[in-house]
Amino acid sequence: MGSSATREVVLILIVSALLIAGMPLLIGTYTLTVLVIYGMLGLSLGLIWGFGGILCFGQAAFFGLGAYTYAISAVNIGESTLPMILAVLVTAGFAALLGAMMFYGRLGDVYLGVITLVVTLILFKFMNSTAGPQYVIGDARLGGFNGIPGFQTLNVPGDPGAYIWGDSLYYVCAVALAVVFLLVSWLLRSSFGRIAVGIRENETRMALMGYDVAARKTVLFSIGAAIAGLSGALFANWAEIVTPTLFSLGQSAEIIIWCIVGGLGTRLGPILGAAGLAYLKFMLGQQSAIDNTLIMGLVLVLFVLFLPGGLVPAVASLWAAGGRLRRRPVRRMRRPRHG
Amino acid sequence: MDISFVILVEMLYAVASLVLISAGLAVVFGMMKVINLAHGEFMMMGGYATITAVGLGVNVFVAMLIIAPIVVGLIGLVVERLVIRHLYGRLIDTMLATWGLSLVFIGLATMIFGNTTTGISTPITGFAVGGYQVSGYNFFIIVVAVLLVIAMIAVLKGTRAGLIARGTMQRSDMAAALGYSPDRIYMATFFCGSALSGLAGAILAPLVGLVPSSGGAYIAEAFITVIAGGPSLIAGLVSSATTFGVVNQVFTFAISPVIGEVALLIAAVILLRAMPQGITSRFFRGRL
Amino acid sequence: MAETVLETAGLTMRFGGVTASDHVDFRLKSRELRCLIGPNGAGKSTFFKCVTGLLTPSEGHVFMRGEEVTGWLPHQIASLGVGIKTQTPNVLDSLSVHENIWLAARRFFDPAEARDRAHAMIERLALGPIARSELGQLAHGERQRVELGIVTVADPWLVLLDEPAAGMSAADVERMTGIIHDLTRSAAVVIVEHDMQFIRSIAETVTVFHQGAVLMEDHVDRVMTDETVRAVYLGKKA
Repeated sequence: MGSSATREVVLILIVSALLIAGMPLLIGTYTLTVLVIYGMLGLSLGLIWGFGGILCFGQAAFFGLGAYTYAISAVNIGESTLPMILAVLVTAGFAALLGAMMFYGRLGDVYLGVITLVVTLILFKFMNSTAGPQYVIGDARLGGFNGIPGFQTLNVPGDPGAYIWGDSLYYVCAVALAVVFLLVSWLLRSSFGRIAVGIRENETRMALMGYDVAARKTVLFSIGAAIAGLSGALFANWAEIVTPTLFSLGQSAEIIIWCIVGGLGTRLGPILGAAGLAYLKFMLGQQSAIDNTLIMGLVLVLFVLFLPGGLVPAVASLWAAGGRLRRRPVRRMRRPRHG
Repeated sequence: MDISFVILVEMLYAVASLVLISAGLAVVFGMMKVINLAHGEFMMMGGYATITAVGLGVNVFVAMLIIAPIVVGLIGLVVERLVIRHLYGRLIDTMLATWGLSLVFIGLATMIFGNTTTGISTPITGFAVGGYQVSGYNFFIIVVAVLLVIAMIAVLKGTRAGLIARGTMQRSDMAAALGYSPDRIYMATFFCGSALSGLAGAILAPLVGLVPSSGGAYIAEAFITVIAGGPSLIAGLVSSATTFGVVNQVFTFAISPVIGEVALLIAAVILLRAMPQGITSRFFRGRL
Repeated sequence: MAETVLETAGLTMRFGGVTASDHVDFRLKSRELRCLIGPNGAGKSTFFKCVTGLLTPSEGHVFMRGEEVTGWLPHQIASLGVGIKTQTPNVLDSLSVHENIWLAARRFFDPAEARDRAHAMIERLALGPIARSELGQLAHGERQRVELGIVTVADPWLVLLDEPAAGMSAADVERMTGIIHDLTRSAAVVIVEHDMQFIRSIAETVTVFHQGAVLMEDHVDRVMTDETVRAVYLGKKA
């Protein structure tokens, strides 16, 4: 198993290096940056939903929280390194509290959905109502629906004057995504990840084996939120403004659509789903014949009805079927176990 | 004295509008165990149906109380046949598919009506209580909500269809075994639920500027009212609407409308944490 | 005298107005094999659920190896080294046989040790040819066998089995009987069962439940010939 893990890491490194270097030839780095950021956001939900069985209707809450935490602390601190770290930690901490409340309460799927949805709405409504001058955190005015503009964007650690933007921001985001992908792969290979998948399959059985299901789900939920928080902070750097729409239900819906379309239970699916659909939306945004929201909605309905497993598993099983076809003569030599 | 009357009316109004907003979703959830996340958009379409009909010269009450429910009910019927019926028993998938439908409807409404605010004026004038102006339309909403609850009880308790419906709610497999096709019951239920959503959207339309994304404002409140209500359809609806309506108004008066809404949502989270099966799993058990 | 590993005192469980378990006093000694029998609704399963933490009893106490565990959650009970199999099969459907058993072993051992134990258990249960198959694709009897592996792989000192023979073929039942006899060398075993054939083949002491309470507790032969027990099973008033 050690050697297959090493082989996978090498493969991931080579493919990401090729993609990071090659993609700017096809798509402008400005657009590409946000696709990468959405990919990371998709992966954050793909991890907890696809491997942990936790359907969060409010992943946008963590995305927005990461972005706002970054913006507020960047205004106050005047450099970007600590705010990036804070964005991840604050989001993870918030998710740990929320998750502990839900999972120790042993709430079912629907209730989990309601509560995560409601929490997103609370944040959305609250942020929208902070237009007044009394809503300040340190030097940062929350600014209601206008959001917070003009914060310190990403800089080289230790040198607040050396901004990272444009192409450099793309490379930073892309490398960050590759690192997160590697970490997620490692996590899923570890005992923690395998136990998480067991919990997805059957909570009662895992509890009867002696695993503390609530604690493990809380930790996984918090890890997913941390990744969403990181993507939110990167998004804040890309957009150079944070607004309450980051917390909107539409944003949450989109993250779920990415995961469904890409494929749950895979690492690649949510990333490709996010980047692909965001790019599609970007292309569609340039025409006005058909409304964008309509197409996204239609995509979700059609996938739930006809391809609930998503694209990546479908392609993978086609690939595997092709492989079986090619290898069939060898297989026939063995007697099938079942008559 | 005047202020307490005004506050009382506002409380009743808050409860009544929650009942209205949630009734359609509650019927569908109670009967079919299906969460229709396009519920808010059904209300939005009820609003547009009313405004369009009024624009064509139809009497506003006819438009609100008859045309809007029928139009939205029919849309619901189409949705049930095309999408929902393939997903029975798959709660999460239904939620996802109806969320997709909600986006489809928002997109369609944007293409048809444009992304601008439209509205009609309230057909009932207000009056003064002491130094305070009270909206007469709020009374209308309270009356409609009360009539709606009475009508629901009457239908469920007094008619053959209601008896079948109650049977299906408790044991859909037994109702099927007795020869009542669940397929047709679900179709009828979804029609009724959609019509109720259309009615609610129509009645609330004069109070809000309508945009294609208006539905999003209702779905969360309807969703939590129904879920927090628990297994009993009407008792759950009324008890959780009362809880949330009162919480909302107390914080609205004490602090601000936004805090009122946030307080409602926080109350919902606390309530669900304390009673994960809903209010009627602990109180009013076995009622309708 | 052998140590008492499981004890309940006045264990009572009420659902609304129904008393499903009524002041049950129960004692199990180390390495003892005990069968719980009784007609449907006699309270066997409720008793079982109260002991395993799946239900919190309304009254009374549960002790394991002298420690009070009343109201503990299932994972806390299992962590003590108790193997539990519920009435309905509880397995991880989209994972392989090996992964299922490995996860159970991993709770108590490091990854490498867990792998070795999983392999050993798979050999012992003759699951070798299907070790890489997904549980969801297996036949009922095979799934039951896997679950037995999950329950016993970490060397529990107390094993609680709710209807382990349900739906099994004769060959499977025979294999399981062997495994249970092996188990009793190191663990106390409680079996809730309907299948009288199976009980005759393995039981020594049997506890009979009726209407939530313990009706009698004796050697299997005497229980089987007892008039009251027969009456209870035939549905007459005892």
